[in-house]
Amino acid sequence: MHNPSTPDTSPTRHLGSWALIAAVVAVTVAAFGYVGGWLAPQRLTPKRLVDQLQDNAGTFAGYRRNHAKGVCMTGYFDSNGHAQPYSVAQIFTAGRTPLVGRFAIPGGNPYAPDGSVPIRSMALRFTQANGQQWRTGMNSMPVFPVAAPQAFFAQLQAQQPDPTTGKPDPAKVAAFFAAHPETAAFRAWAKTAKPSASFATESYWSLNAFVFVDAHGTRQPVRWRMVPMATDGGGDAGKAGDADYLAADLAERLTRGPLRWQLQITLANAGDPTNDATKAWPDDRRTIDAGTLVIDATQAQESGPCRDINYDPLVLPHGIEASDDPLLPARSAAYADSYLRRTSEEAHLPGTVAPQPEKQP
Amino acid sequence: MTPATGTFTLPARVLHWLMAGMIVAMLFIGVGMVASVSERHEWLLAIHKPLGIAILILAIVRLAVRLRHPPPPLPADLPALQKLAALASHWLLYFLMLAMPLIGWAMLSAGGYPVMLGASWRLPPIFPTSPVAFAVLRHLHTGFAMLLFLTFLAHMAAALYHGLIRRDGVLSSMTGRR
Repeated sequence: MHNPSTPDTSPTRHLGSWALIAAVVAVTVAAFGYVGGWLAPQRLTPKRLVDQLQDNAGTFAGYRRNHAKGVCMTGYFDSNGHAQPYSVAQIFTAGRTPLVGRFAIPGGNPYAPDGSVPIRSMALRFTQANGQQWRTGMNSMPVFPVAAPQAFFAQLQAQQPDPTTGKPDPAKVAAFFAAHPETAAFRAWAKTAKPSASFATESYWSLNAFVFVDAHGTRQPVRWRMVPMATDGGGDAGKAGDADYLAADLAERLTRGPLRWQLQITLANAGDPTNDATKAWPDDRRTIDAGTLVIDATQAQESGPCRDINYDPLVLPHGIEASDDPLLPARSAAYADSYLRRTSEEAHLPGTVAPQPEKQP
Repeated sequence: MTPATGTFTLPARVLHWLMAGMIVAMLFIGVGMVASVSERHEWLLAIHKPLGIAILILAIVRLAVRLRHPPPPLPADLPALQKLAALASHWLLYFLMLAMPLIGWAMLSAGGYPVMLGASWRLPPIFPTSPVAFAVLRHLHTGFAMLLFLTFLAHMAAALYHGLIRRDGVLSSMTGRR
């Protein structure tokens, strides 16, 4: 027996116990490291996705890492009650729900010319009277190029500009499309798509499927689309030599009155894919006109109310749920990472890129 | 040996082991959900928020139990430095188990997010909308989570040290097996 008042705790006397304690701690740390991704470098993480976006477009402090160039807008949704039998979301009861939204173009460069891409996007945040929100980010094309986050990451890698030419390597891009036949529908669309002269004349698709839940708990897979009521002067190109014609067009149109879209909700039939944004549903699917989106004002994004909103498509009110589309959690996770980066830059936190003064390319 | 006298009260022991499971799960859920783009991100996040609020409520109850029923004394022969480490780490754990849910709640409030605990249950914001506050609180949430994980490791290792090496009754005062 050792002295009872001072137990012998030396490693030699309790080798097994000391080893057991060390092993328990080591296993716990390793498990934590694996789950947290530090010990799983092959895993696609939100950080790797957003880093790749920065590698492709550059880092512009304070701006979104994708769809960086845009403009804020405000207005409301005027529901006609037609979607109410399918979803208990308060927004679908007849009446108005206010919104803060944003029009944008894809890409991480906030100074990119409006004519550089044929895609436009519309993001909306509806705030219901009960405080719940519906956030949605839509694009002006009916299908997404890829179905899975890993494929999206591979596409970004293939499109990363070559440092010597400053442009993506056409061979790498071709190899990506050859390896990803699911991109065919998007490529067919892109072949004829031209950069529009206005945000107001575009249709915006949800791309991903969601699920409406009615008062009995019945689940109905849906997709939605904002269909423009403005069809005038759509045109294919902006004014020559003007890189920022979209915001100017929007402001000019709003001096003549609000802009309107019809919210069309398409109900899936049994068996329609909800986990594949590359596949449009057949045209004969039942479509409901749920009401009118009214945009009556626009604001610069550097100071407007949309600046500090993360248009996370998984911020949903009771009555709308995510589908099994794998792009949805990836969008949510990557948007959160982008939001933390740009708010950290706004806060001038140590280790962040200092916001640059306004500059034009 | 000078075994510690007595054990923690039954409510204290139940709260300790229940919350130990919840907090360790919470740490793994937290680092897992922010490192994933898969459907794991979505369902882990859906667990993270209500579990965090449950931990906050239990931590308040536990603090009350602790103040009402002081824990059994540590062994008289425990070196002063170890006694200090035990005391400091326990209060650090109390601080973190209260602070982490509050920071998470405040951080979502500052980011302008609705704080949804389920499909339809929404908590009110506890902080004004501010991107700068969001960024600071979001980094603090991660920093404190790492501190909590390290404190948990030290706590677990110390408990095993008392149970396996010193065999001084400190571990059994919480397991209740005398």
